Amino acid sequence: MSDIPVTQLGRTLHLQILRHNPRDPDSEPRLQTFEVEEADAMTLFIALSEIREKQDPSLQFDFVCRAGICGSCGMIINGRPGLACRTLTRDLPDHITLAPLPAFELIGDLSVDTGKWMRGMSEHLETWVHSQGLEQADIDSLEESMEPELAEQLYELERCIECGCCVAACGTAQMREDFSGAVGLNQITRFQLDPRDERSDADFYQLVGNDAGVFGCMTLLGCEDMCPKDLPLATQIAFLRRRMVAVR
Amino acid sequence: MQILYTDVLVIGGGLAGQRAAIGAKRRGHDVIVLSLVPAKRSHSAAAQGGMQASLGNCLGGTGDNEDVHFTDTVRGSDWGADQEVVRMFAHTAPKAIRELAAWGVPWNRVQRGDHQITVNGQKQTVTEPDNAHGLITSRNFGGTQKWRACYVSDGTGHAMLYTMSNQAIAAGIPVHERMEAIALIHDGERCCGAIVRNLMTGEILAYMAKATCIASGGFGRIYRVSTNAIINEGIGAAIALETGIASLGNMEAVQFHPTGIFPAGILVTEGCRGDGGLLLDGAEYRFMPDYEPEKTELASRDVVSRRMEEHIAAGHGAKTRFGDHLWLDIRLLGKEHINTKLREVKEICQYFLGVDPVNELIPVRPAQHYSMGGIRTNYRGESPQLKGLFSAGESACWDMHGFNRLGGNSVAETVVAGMIVGDSIADFCDSPDGALAISTSLVEEFGERERQRLAGIADSGGSENAFELMKLMQETMTANVGIFRDGERLQEAVSTLQDLQRRSRDIGLRSSAPGANPELVAAYRVQRMLKLAQCVAFGALQRTESRGAHFRADFPQRNDRDWMRRTLAIWPGEEADLPTLDYEELDIMRMEIPPGWRGYGAKDYIDHPDTPRRQQQLDEALQGMERADRHARQEALMPFRHLLPEHLRGNNQRLGED
Repeated sequence: MSDIPVTQLGRTLHLQILRHNPRDPDSEPRLQTFEVEEADAMTLFIALSEIREKQDPSLQFDFVCRAGICGSCGMIINGRPGLACRTLTRDLPDHITLAPLPAFELIGDLSVDTGKWMRGMSEHLETWVHSQGLEQADIDSLEESMEPELAEQLYELERCIECGCCVAACGTAQMREDFSGAVGLNQITRFQLDPRDERSDADFYQLVGNDAGVFGCMTLLGCEDMCPKDLPLATQIAFLRRRMVAVR
Repeated sequence: MQILYTDVLVIGGGLAGQRAAIGAKRRGHDVIVLSLVPAKRSHSAAAQGGMQASLGNCLGGTGDNEDVHFTDTVRGSDWGADQEVVRMFAHTAPKAIRELAAWGVPWNRVQRGDHQITVNGQKQTVTEPDNAHGLITSRNFGGTQKWRACYVSDGTGHAMLYTMSNQAIAAGIPVHERMEAIALIHDGERCCGAIVRNLMTGEILAYMAKATCIASGGFGRIYRVSTNAIINEGIGAAIALETGIASLGNMEAVQFHPTGIFPAGILVTEGCRGDGGLLLDGAEYRFMPDYEPEKTELASRDVVSRRMEEHIAAGHGAKTRFGDHLWLDIRLLGKEHINTKLREVKEICQYFLGVDPVNELIPVRPAQHYSMGGIRTNYRGESPQLKGLFSAGESACWDMHGFNRLGGNSVAETVVAGMIVGDSIADFCDSPDGALAISTSLVEEFGERERQRLAGIADSGGSENAFELMKLMQETMTANVGIFRDGERLQEAVSTLQDLQRRSRDIGLRSSAPGANPELVAAYRVQRMLKLAQCVAFGALQRTESRGAHFRADFPQRNDRDWMRRTLAIWPGEEADLPTLDYEELDIMRMEIPPGWRGYGAKDYIDHPDTPRRQQQLDEALQGMERADRHARQEALMPFRHLLPEHLRGNNQRLGED
């Protein structure tokens, strides 16, 4: 049985970080380099925490689960959006450049306000099961039955963690603030597939049948390439576009 | 200082907080939820394997019902739980699952026909019947008699939290993100909101509310090795403790999960073992059947974790430069099963270990996982000491877990407690007690106190480093207040924590960055976390017995005679360096199941004289009821339905049982 893979020790990592604190009137956006001795199984979470604890306590970044499931730590890692917590330094060169995700409001340094963006998207696209009488649902009786395969398909689309990597990787999102992004469009396909949601295609058209929605996509495929959960985003957008065209 | 007014303030945006918020909102009260992070990033999302509810749809769940779930949970708790609360919980869990199903959670479903399963390392074929097809299925978990953990692949918590959050958005409940409650506002008797710090701007503001509900999760981060998210620092529980009025219950009851990946401590689900995975030692030998012939890998978590550490201490671990560990083997489950039912596990192994669990073993060792203790509440979820303060979920000691929680009972508790406590809060707001008669000058006073505390840190010029103290606390807790405890090491932990607490008054900052200032955040949090840690260590030192997850090598027996009691910790004042401990008796004469053997783990314990008396009483109560249905028989032993909100009292329908 193989042992736990370990890093070749002895590397000094150079982390070049885009710094800016919008709360500080004297702050100018700048790149600052920190040196860190690489450790075994070091992730960017560990490296950044070490920098904050030992070198610069003002450094801002967001981690929550540090296990790749909560979507807090999206950032641009050597030019590509990704989850910092599960990025191992041993997979990166000695020089690492980190920048905040574009398209989101900057809180400071590597911390951006994905929460506000996602809440806005959710409110706008109404990403919940629409069903009459949910409040009076009979919860004493046997639940409605569902085909096992359908339940698995729904989960497949629900694995999205709203990390924002698809938005950061999207050409349209850089140009249109109101674009719903692959994250939003994918959620529409999830609810469209769900028989518990009583909305029709015509209802969904009202939400995404425009350039801020499914017709804004330029099929650059950045979303699917960068999705940390490997969601079939391009396929879902194509599928949704075809359905929405049919509504017309 | 800005003051915001609302009927209900919920501190914490995870499953419990959001479900309580929805409940109160439905009853017509305005609610604001505060969350350290965007609500969908709460630690509820990390629950992987499943949620316990006795639906009994799949073959492995046949014959399951509330009675069996109740029994498993009480045994799991090592008789530390409040049995009335466990009854309320077991009864409501199926309703919670069904509500979430209606709201959109894509629970995995029963597929009719033949299935291969893995039991005891062997493949077996089972045939699911036609009539269950399409109903919610469940998997096996530790410490249970039935397959009861309902699941969504191994992203159960994620799917639940997204559905819950979306329903809260639909209900128009505002979530004030990146907001941290740093003090409760109260007049000594009545809680009326919180002083809150904005984690983006550093601004201090106040929220005044008729009812305040803390649902901020656990405090695993007082330990160095924990499966918990890094936000699980227990500040919600700490601000309740700092009132000097509200008490924390059973803080020494801390769960260690058997399978944290080694050495990072990231969780891989109990579902791995539930689905047939095995634990192997350094020689790739399956050791659990030698220790636990009854339940093998699927004894309760406290028992499995202890056996693992015992086996490592006996020299049987796999040795690495980071220390020793054991192996989790899920290869025998097969590629298809792993790729569909354990895909998060597979991702975690790939990304953090470079291991493909389809072909390779997973290095594991027990890691801190869950806080059974928390803000003591009554069955309605309200603090018995501080009116207007409620708590639900992991931050509460409600107390359905006693000294050990069963896997899958935590997400179940979050939603069930949210349903019940949401109604309690609404009842309270509707009652004359709910009226707020507190002056805003008191609010200003609390705001000023907190501003001065923060300024005291920022301007102190002190010599201590917050990050360093945090590290020392975490190391002390992991080394001396872990799975195996003894008087000597606990005393050492208590002294070290006292010393760290003294040093924490002299924390200085190197950074004065405007805005949130992460160093200031670490400073005010570590001061509060040290108090929680001390409640755990001191409570553990005083509890001279072993019960559930609290194991004393110097007092290895469960001692019902002297310790059928719940620890209550109160912090006597800012200058104090130890909590005041009080004890609440657990009355065996009111129990439905008096203390006995759990069905796994140690068989010797010191009996309480009430146990045989209560057993006789129970036997007598059932005389002449042989033909009554199980609900009537249960009612004769320990009635509980009157404690539930009326709309949650009905029987749960099951296949083959109306």
